[in-house]
Amino acid sequence: MEKLALSDEILMTIEKPARYIGGEINHVKKDLSQVDIRFAMCFPDVYEIGMSHLGIQILYDMLNKRADTWCERVYSPWVDLDRVMREQKIPLFALESQTPIKAFDFLGITLQYEMCYTNILQVLDLSGIPLWASERTEDDPIVIGGGPCTYNPEPIADFFDMFYIGEGEVVYDTLLDLYKECRKNVWDRAAFLREAAKIPGIYVPSLYNVGYHPDGTISNFTPKYEDIPQKITKQVVMDMSDATYPEKPLVPFIKVTQDRAVLEVMRGCIRGCRFCQAGMIYRPVRNRSLEDLKRYAVEIIENTGHEEISLSSLSSSDFTELPELLNFLIEEMGERKVNISLPSLRIDAFSLDVMSKVQDIRRTSLTFAPEAGTQKQRNVINKGLTEEDIIEGARQAFLGGWNKVKLYFMLSQPFETYDDIAGIADLSERIAEVYYDTVPKEERTGGPVSITASASFFVPKPFTPFQWAPMDTMESFQEKAHFVKDRFREQLNKKRLRFTYHSADVSLLEGILARGDRRLAPVILEVYKNGGIFDAWSEFYSHERWMKAFENHNLDPEFYLTRERAEDELFPWDFIDIGVTKRFLLEEWHRAKEGRMTPNCRMSCSGCGVAKWGGGVCIEAKN
Amino acid sequence: MKLRIKYAKTGRLKFIGHLDVMRYFQKAIRRAGLDVAYSQGFNPHQLITFAAPLGLGVTSEGEYFDGEFHSATTTEDMVNRLNAVMAEDMRVLDVRLLPDKAKTAMAVVSASDYLVSVRSGYYATETDRLFGHFQDFLEQKQIEIIKKTKKSEQLTDIRGMILEAHISAAQSFYMKLATGSIANLKPELVMEAYCNFLGISYDPFGFQVHRLETYMDGEQGELISLAAAGDILA
Repeated sequence: MEKLALSDEILMTIEKPARYIGGEINHVKKDLSQVDIRFAMCFPDVYEIGMSHLGIQILYDMLNKRADTWCERVYSPWVDLDRVMREQKIPLFALESQTPIKAFDFLGITLQYEMCYTNILQVLDLSGIPLWASERTEDDPIVIGGGPCTYNPEPIADFFDMFYIGEGEVVYDTLLDLYKECRKNVWDRAAFLREAAKIPGIYVPSLYNVGYHPDGTISNFTPKYEDIPQKITKQVVMDMSDATYPEKPLVPFIKVTQDRAVLEVMRGCIRGCRFCQAGMIYRPVRNRSLEDLKRYAVEIIENTGHEEISLSSLSSSDFTELPELLNFLIEEMGERKVNISLPSLRIDAFSLDVMSKVQDIRRTSLTFAPEAGTQKQRNVINKGLTEEDIIEGARQAFLGGWNKVKLYFMLSQPFETYDDIAGIADLSERIAEVYYDTVPKEERTGGPVSITASASFFVPKPFTPFQWAPMDTMESFQEKAHFVKDRFREQLNKKRLRFTYHSADVSLLEGILARGDRRLAPVILEVYKNGGIFDAWSEFYSHERWMKAFENHNLDPEFYLTRERAEDELFPWDFIDIGVTKRFLLEEWHRAKEGRMTPNCRMSCSGCGVAKWGGGVCIEAKN
Repeated sequence: MKLRIKYAKTGRLKFIGHLDVMRYFQKAIRRAGLDVAYSQGFNPHQLITFAAPLGLGVTSEGEYFDGEFHSATTTEDMVNRLNAVMAEDMRVLDVRLLPDKAKTAMAVVSASDYLVSVRSGYYATETDRLFGHFQDFLEQKQIEIIKKTKKSEQLTDIRGMILEAHISAAQSFYMKLATGSIANLKPELVMEAYCNFLGISYDPFGFQVHRLETYMDGEQGELISLAAAGDILA
């Protein structure tokens, strides 16, 4: 056995040493003398979170299918090991080879949420890679970012050599081929970056100048050279049968957050909820074929031995062949004694029937996501779920034997009034009443009905119709949450109802970073230098540390949060072409103001712009 | 039918805890396509039980678990099928068919063999003393140690739980210790007591513990390996 990067003494004194030893089932080992490109794929959070992520599994499989490339993994060392590595000057290493990241050709970092930004700096720092891209030398790996946060990469742009905007399957080969070509000659990092910037979807931040108006908004965003593109077009797989699937996903030794096989049934969402970034950036909807999915399900279970399989998509109920797929899985997985974990499906007769087959009704709760308390507000956010849908779904569920219901809401949405948030309590009460109206007294077994409503703090995101919206203040959010809480106490069935809301400091920071610009990088760096890592973990998040850093850099958080943005403002992320046009988003913003709904992509095309790529639901509707 | 599976856990997998080993084998059995039996209900689980848990950091070539199976092929075939889907440092060594009335591995374990070696870089100046007085240590009538539990500290005599011990040829300590629910002694405790006896400080990182075999009581009260309770499937 080859040597581990960490000594037994270290491994025996830190939490969960298995996070750092590699060697998991289905990991890929290659002979270093036989590969040209070493790629370290990083999820900048703790192992159990990173190993649960499907995207990494897809890229790991895809990159390792290239004979000339060895893709390894690296995650954020937990705070205990972080301390040891700094004290003993141990460089961060990749799991497979247990060798330092610094020697790799690429360090790829997936950006799944804003709160991981300080962990990016942790990974670079522990690797011994200069934090500022401008300070990297010919010996440093190319640091490339990918994932949803690249749809506004500006706050962290100066830490990255490049970003890959879009789905990994499309141009990674082109990028790696170019790299190999450039490596054949005398290695010139700058020359490689310059060439790479011409590949569609590759954004090299150092090749662009940003100018600001006196009020702090952006005046211009211009390429430094003529041959560098103005706009970066998101890369998207138009035919899902071209997108390979990892039929041999990694199986961790320790229990991770998502300890199951995952079947990606489709990408994109037809719904167009106006608060949802994923619903816009992953357009158009593209299904995988039923036959492929059946085959993958069996292969993955045979190759991993997982005892549970789950479906992954933004809205599985909209997968056209869902009944066929679920019937297949119930039969096939039933024989193999594999549990089926259902994602939140829209509650209707079909989904209730399926759920009753695969779950213990008494133990599971039903989940609805009305997001808003009144029909008026649901129209504002374009949530195509009516009160009637919810009441009828609940009625059928109660008849079917369920008696626990969870409801998800967001507070502090644009154009929301106190009537709308009062509706959160009223709707919850109505559902409780439906229970008592539907289920006769003698059949009320298995404990009393319970309705749990929870509310989060709405954060406006780039590339949504709400990108122009001011975010609410903390004080106002708290007031609203208390108001709703009081309103719950006034309900007839108050003992059957519960209302919780999430503490919101971290939502403010998410709001700042989500719509931030390049001036935020020094703030992020200062927070990191002052000990900020694992900001996504409430026990490590310090709001004061962040606020102090803003102050030290003369930046006002309110500029990013509560400022009403002008309709013609140039946003930091406007250089990205996601297919959906800014004009469409603006129309949606106007329709939201008027409380007008927009039909979903299967009902009719609303001309968002992605039809130009001629695939997915955009052509499905025309057939 | 009841099968008893013997396996080795070495190398980096010594950092995988007991619960994770159980989860590991559930997945491995599934990957190997063995015909294991499941419990009823919405969340069926495999009917397998493990013998004596191994501490984190300890390696072994004498681990066991029992499983209820609907069918079996041969020992050789099942060992090969499992090893084809195993991680590098986890190997299946044997599969035995147990008599129907056999008690589970966990219930019958009574002793284990260990090899305790000094890790390089530790006790370098004390090697002679360390290997020179083991016999004297063992010849004591009583060996008292303080056993710490969550609630209390208790003075315990461990001499009776050391069934056999000597310096092995490979400059390490061999010991056969009581294991199981009635009496259980960990080799680390023996080494701690021995260091106290020598008047040198005990360093938990100074020793690598390796389990060689796990035993149960045979019909005449003699110790037999857990594997010996079953038959090879030919």
